[in-house]
Amino acid sequence: MATAWVIAEQRDGVLAPVTAELVTAARELAVDVAVLVAGGGAEAVEALGRFGVTRVVDVGPLGDVLAGPILGATVARLIGDAPAFVLTAQTYTGRDAAARASVELDAPVLTNAVGLRRDGAELVTEHQIFGGSLVVEAAADAERVVVAVRPKSVVAVEVDEQTQPTLSAATAVTEAPGVMVRVIERRREERAGPSLDEATVVVSGGRGLGKPEAYRYVEELASLLGGAPGASRAIVDAGWVPYAYQVGQTGTTVKPELYVAVGISGATQHLVGMKGAKHIVAINKDKDAPIFSVADLGVVGDALSLMPRLIEAVRERRHAS
Amino acid sequence: MKVAVCTKQIPDPQAPQHLGEDLRLVRSGKALLDDADTYGVELGLRLTEASGGDVVVVSMVPGGETAGVRQALAMGAASAVVVSDERLEGADALTTARVLAAVVRRLGADLVITATESTDGYTGTVAGQIAGLLGWPALTFTRGLHLEGSRVTAERQVEDGVWVVEAELPCVVSVTAGIVDPRYPSFKGIMSAKSKPVEQLSLDDLGLGVQVRERVRSAREAEARSAGTVIEDDGTAEAAIVAFLESIKVL
Ligand SMILES: Cc1cc2nc3c(=O)[nH]c(=O)nc-3n(C[C@H](O)[C@H](O)[C@H](O)COP(=O)(O)OP(=O)(O)OC[C@H]3O[C@@H](n4cnc5c(N)ncnc54)[C@H](O)[C@@H]3O)c2cc1C
Ligand SMILES: Cc1cc2nc3c(=O)[nH]c(=O)nc-3n(C[C@H](O)[C@H](O)[C@H](O)COP(=O)(O)OP(=O)(O)OC[C@H]3O[C@@H](n4cnc5c(N)ncnc54)[C@H](O)[C@@H]3O)c2cc1C
Repeated sequence: MATAWVIAEQRDGVLAPVTAELVTAARELAVDVAVLVAGGGAEAVEALGRFGVTRVVDVGPLGDVLAGPILGATVARLIGDAPAFVLTAQTYTGRDAAARASVELDAPVLTNAVGLRRDGAELVTEHQIFGGSLVVEAAADAERVVVAVRPKSVVAVEVDEQTQPTLSAATAVTEAPGVMVRVIERRREERAGPSLDEATVVVSGGRGLGKPEAYRYVEELASLLGGAPGASRAIVDAGWVPYAYQVGQTGTTVKPELYVAVGISGATQHLVGMKGAKHIVAINKDKDAPIFSVADLGVVGDALSLMPRLIEAVRERRHAS
Repeated sequence: MKVAVCTKQIPDPQAPQHLGEDLRLVRSGKALLDDADTYGVELGLRLTEASGGDVVVVSMVPGGETAGVRQALAMGAASAVVVSDERLEGADALTTARVLAAVVRRLGADLVITATESTDGYTGTVAGQIAGLLGWPALTFTRGLHLEGSRVTAERQVEDGVWVVEAELPCVVSVTAGIVDPRYPSFKGIMSAKSKPVEQLSLDDLGLGVQVRERVRSAREAEARSAGTVIEDDGTAEAAIVAFLESIKVL
């Protein structure tokens, strides 16, 4: 029986929510679900038993190096010649890990997966292509397969009966050629409020805001609603806001209760990153803008005139309650 | 210094894309240089202009297509290597990386540059796979780069900011859009591109055998999200939005 290996996504040593999503997906593939962590093994046992993990393997904190290539090489050595599935998140570290694991295992990679299941011996993955307009199922003819799963595409579900994962230590593969890349500085882009991928409300701005200064309306509304500000790629490329704000195919996938798109046309590459929102409000001056085809409430109008009024009205409503 | 810039030649991304009967992306029509790769070409040119050496563009593409690599040659790359082989139809990312890594070895390049992810396939794994196959460090998701002697310092995009990372040549760098402003080919560049050397190789020339191990099993239209109400802002649309936010209990 194959083991499903999950390479945990950790930020500053803390498990990111996508790890539980990966574990949930892994349960569909194998009975033995092993999670590879770099430090925090005991916490992982505690947190992931609820999601049905059978084993946690801890290589210990890696220090100031990129984790992806090392974890990819390490999981390959732990697997050896056995059949296995390796799951990573489609994130920065996750893609590095998937790439290295695929090379070491000589295993094909299935990337941008939004769902996975087993069909007999075969692993079948689901992908959204052409900006999410088409859903395809893919499969790999191999005993070992690496899958990179898009965050927020699988809903993390706890198991009825919590497992007691075993915890073991392993040595990280640091001697393999090319796996060590030193990190000499970490610069954080400070932002107020919740992180984009965890916020329950996301307010995003696009080129329709006209000028960088107008982005403050987006930040103000986001903050009033307790949400996170986001952006289309157009204004990220234009340098108005950092890349970390970008929603979409090449940015963050968000799945909030409410998504507000201000001056965003609704290109397929943007839609694919926010279509999963429960409710969508769009403000755009062009009544034919594609964003309206996914909006629950669309307002045709000038964002620069409407946003100040909207912010004021929301503020008043907040005061009244 | 020899810089190999991997450039993908892709169907026009503005044109409607579709899958063929074999459920593979239809790659007919003219193949264009992936916009995402113009940044890598520009970076390679700047590095070699500053420290000497040449940029060689490397592309794996059906039918020996060269329209896209000519664009890179017109920008200033010295030569190109194009790999085409019927056995590469439907190649997966690891297979692609094997082919590109074999070309890099053959060229004896010191630095490989790719985009972070291609516009049509966007697996985002090829750079890391090339590095793994060569046993070189991979500086992925790079949005700023500095080369001093053989030391490469890169600004790496991460979820909540930027990390500064470092490695020695030879290495593989994948770059994000915007790392540098790609130049437009000059008229002279376009003319001289026509006579620059383009080497055409097959898998046999590279001594590679490949096996395509991935396939698309099925395809269906995604469920469309149905559109809701669209109103005109007559100067009071904020009230309608507030009412909507109340109805979904955000307010
Ligand atoms: C490979 C690839 C990956 C990509 N990945 C992403 C991604 O991850 N995320 C992403 O967002 N994009 C991505 N894109 C880019 C995407 O195709 C679009 O170019 C981008 O989303 C457009 O941003 P925008 O909507 O802000 O700008 P535009 O498309 O220029 O739209 C501006 C909108 O504002 C409206 N407007 C103008 N003035 C006003 C006003 N005063 N009031 C109200 N509305 C107004 C206009 O009607 C228009 O609809 C990608 C593209 C490619 C090729
Ligand atoms: C919609 C779609 C989904 C796909 N999903 C998968 C998948 O899940 N797994 C998989 O293994 N394959 C997948 N493929 C096939 C994959 O796109 C091809 O194997 C491709 O040759 C390499 O992957 P990429 O372009 O996605 O690589 P990326 O890693 O996204 O490309 C990064 C960079 O590598 C360089 N590069 C990539 N390909 C070439 C090339 N042919 N010539 C020169 N330079 C190149 C370019 O600089 C490119 O920007 C998919 C293809 C499509 C159309």
